[in-house]
Amino acid sequence: MHKSSQYYLLMIPALIISLTFFLLPMMKLLWLSLADQYGISYWYILTKPIYLKSVLSTLILSLTVTITSVIIATIVGLFLTRYEFKGKSLLVAMLSFPLVFPGVVIGFFVIMLAGRQGVFAELGLLLVGERWTLAYSIIGLFIGYLYFSIPRVVLTVMGVAEKLDNNLVEAGRSLGANRWQLLRDVTLPALKPGLISSGSICFATSMGAFGTAFTLATNLNVLPMTIYTEFTLNANFAMAAALSLMLGFITWFCLSIARRQGGSNLGMGG
Amino acid sequence: MKKGVSFYLQLAFTLLVCAFLIVPVFMSITAGVTNNYFIGIKSGFTLRWLEQVWELYSDTIWLTLQIALVTTAFNLFIGVPCAYYLARTKSRFSAFLDECLTLPIAIPGMAIALGLITVYGGFSNLRMSWLFILIGHVIFTLPFMVKSVLAVLQSINFRLLEEGAASLGASFWQRFFHIIVPNCKTGIISGMLMTLTLSAGEFNLTWMLHTPLTKTLPVGLADSYASMRLEVSSAYTLIFLGMIMPLLIAAQWLNSKPKRMT
Amino acid sequence: MNTIYNTMHSGDTGVAITLNEVQKTFADGTLALKPLQLHINKGEVLVLLGPSGCGKTTTLRLIAGLEFCDEGGEIRFGGRDVTHIAIEQRRVGMVFQSYALFPNMNVSENIGYGLRVRGESKENTHDKVDKMLQMFDLKDYSQRSIYQLSGGQRQRVALARAIITEPEVLLLDEPLSALDALLKKRLRTDINGLLKRLGITAVYVTHDQEEAMAMGDRIAILDRGEIVQIGTAQEIYLSPKNEFVANFIGQMNHFEGKLQGQSLSFGCNKLLLPSELYSTHSEGQRIRCMSRPEDVKLIGYQEVGVTGEVSQSVFLGDRTRVLMEIEGVEGLVHVDCFERKNYCIGDRLGLNILPSRLVLLPEPTLREVLC
Repeated sequence: MHKSSQYYLLMIPALIISLTFFLLPMMKLLWLSLADQYGISYWYILTKPIYLKSVLSTLILSLTVTITSVIIATIVGLFLTRYEFKGKSLLVAMLSFPLVFPGVVIGFFVIMLAGRQGVFAELGLLLVGERWTLAYSIIGLFIGYLYFSIPRVVLTVMGVAEKLDNNLVEAGRSLGANRWQLLRDVTLPALKPGLISSGSICFATSMGAFGTAFTLATNLNVLPMTIYTEFTLNANFAMAAALSLMLGFITWFCLSIARRQGGSNLGMGG
Repeated sequence: MKKGVSFYLQLAFTLLVCAFLIVPVFMSITAGVTNNYFIGIKSGFTLRWLEQVWELYSDTIWLTLQIALVTTAFNLFIGVPCAYYLARTKSRFSAFLDECLTLPIAIPGMAIALGLITVYGGFSNLRMSWLFILIGHVIFTLPFMVKSVLAVLQSINFRLLEEGAASLGASFWQRFFHIIVPNCKTGIISGMLMTLTLSAGEFNLTWMLHTPLTKTLPVGLADSYASMRLEVSSAYTLIFLGMIMPLLIAAQWLNSKPKRMT
Repeated sequence: MNTIYNTMHSGDTGVAITLNEVQKTFADGTLALKPLQLHINKGEVLVLLGPSGCGKTTTLRLIAGLEFCDEGGEIRFGGRDVTHIAIEQRRVGMVFQSYALFPNMNVSENIGYGLRVRGESKENTHDKVDKMLQMFDLKDYSQRSIYQLSGGQRQRVALARAIITEPEVLLLDEPLSALDALLKKRLRTDINGLLKRLGITAVYVTHDQEEAMAMGDRIAILDRGEIVQIGTAQEIYLSPKNEFVANFIGQMNHFEGKLQGQSLSFGCNKLLLPSELYSTHSEGQRIRCMSRPEDVKLIGYQEVGVTGEVSQSVFLGDRTRVLMEIEGVEGLVHVDCFERKNYCIGDRLGLNILPSRLVLLPEPTLREVLC
């Protein structure tokens, strides 16, 4: 059917939209970031402590969140695929709903949990007679990022674990492997691509999370907040552009790792 | 299988994680309808806060609905044909287009918004209108629509079905509307649900693109979190959750339906 | 499906198909089909038979208009040059290997789709679909989803859908390969009857030689992108042109040796040849010939002629297949015995190979030797 070329028409609207409203703005950002003294902004990112600190703390925070949520989600995900019990589907639903909550709402949830009148504060009052207020510190951010990361990884782990060939586990058992050996030698290696892919997505999402940080208004300057301040308060467009492009490059790189591992793109929230 | 200690340990852990995710949701729901959250539920229930939110922010709710629906319509007309094109073409150009369309998922909304402002911010008519936010939302959600339809197309042998239709004399457009579109229905619907949910909750882009006259619900939320009392913020969050929950439940239901193989 | 023969009056819808110098090179440069010359008569059923990758499906898709041949080739339907016409305008009916039924339509809608895209009126479509449902015993399934049908029923829907538009040419791409053996046998008789009754020109692709022999007026055997032999089932079975054809259709025993007097000699065996064979060859010349298992009889042990030892005996119901080890013959010789007799492994027996049924093979070409 090579004679019908009509189907080229089908992508023209998408192409136009993408070119004018995505590619062109990105090019403009690139130009902005380079136009100012041959891209000196990029040099500042690496040398000025205020930017470098922001970049490094965002990286460390995102990495910690990713590792923690991968560990938590693997335990939960494996548990939920392995056993059948009443109310399981409800638990799964509860785990997947937060996937699309916007970052601002998650920020608010953190306030609910760890703010001045939050659960933790009450708990602290009860236990040691002192309100624990974590929401506005780096721990608040950590809690918020965990909140949107866990569902992603749990769903991925469940998806992979369901497809896991049960024969492999049975073969392992027939060879006399115990539960831990099976986990280490059979289950985890099978989960590895899924964990890498969903881990990369978590990392990328955490790096770019703006809403949560914005709501919590912490003293800690994560990268998206720095970009926001540079743009709105300091009107330093070149710096804002350079930082966004760098951030964009990091997240794009993570997601291409995820894609190589066969992961699907499970929405960016935060 | 006999359920041992390890089962209950894992169950407890899972319940704890679920509680972490769900307790704040319930807290904000109850706070939204409680007279005074500092005193607690014993202060009684009220719809006062919801009314107050409605007075203050009803315009953001309508605007959010409007943008979400128009974004979905755009995605439908742009995304579905494009997904079909991507499914049947393997060329350097289609790979490029695919990458261009997927990139907005990978690039933080902040960066996209900055780009849009630097290029189109000067057109004040556009900058002041809700269409500016719409553009951002289309760019951000289009890849989800395309991927969702593409996934269905890749799971069915649509080329064979098309050959079948062609052998019966169906023209290109007849094949597209009679065969391709109906058989992608699940992908299209889940793409639409995803677009609606994402657009309704989009903050990162929208915060940069909005003007005082074009505030969407999440922008209003951020505003209320910063300046309103906890009960009002909670009531507002409650309205937001009430808006997106049906979409989430519909999406879950769609995913749980058994998939058929061709 | 008996009703088919009664309700479908013999038609005159067929058209001759001519392929002239049709060659196909794929995008990656592989030559799928060497320049092909093929004429299919009006109303004829031609079977394209061959192993996978031989080019049979490519040939079918070229005739269908799903692929287009390289520059210089020509495909004609009767007087109409269809070389550059896409499938939707070629007026062909096609039955796909996996049926390609539309999952979004029920049985009736699937069958009526060809009429729908032609803009036929609702009543007309309804009548014709009804007739088809009747004909193919699908009346009770008209509103069913295609997922609720068995393999055989799907196959019938696919066939009904392909012929409802009364195409000039019907193309069938391994239409029975997804069915189980028993159903396959029944359906091929039905389809054969239907094709004859419709009088439609049909091209039928299969890799199953038994199916090929049951179906077609003529069989074309393809190997590595070219037709190696074309003819009736009988011609192909009885006088295969080369070793490939011989081995592909049925079982063949090969004997190779030197001409000695009136016989072919291999090991200590002497196989008597018919006069037209030994008279055309000179003494001592190497000859290769073949014989079908049913053309060999087991007789008592004999000093002269061909003798061998039973290596295996398989009871097949209507006959017993005995595999004999014979000195000077590569591999085992297959013999079909129709008497109900038991043969024990190790028995030494004589073989009576009917000289009149021997098939002479040409000298192997250099390429064959190297292969």
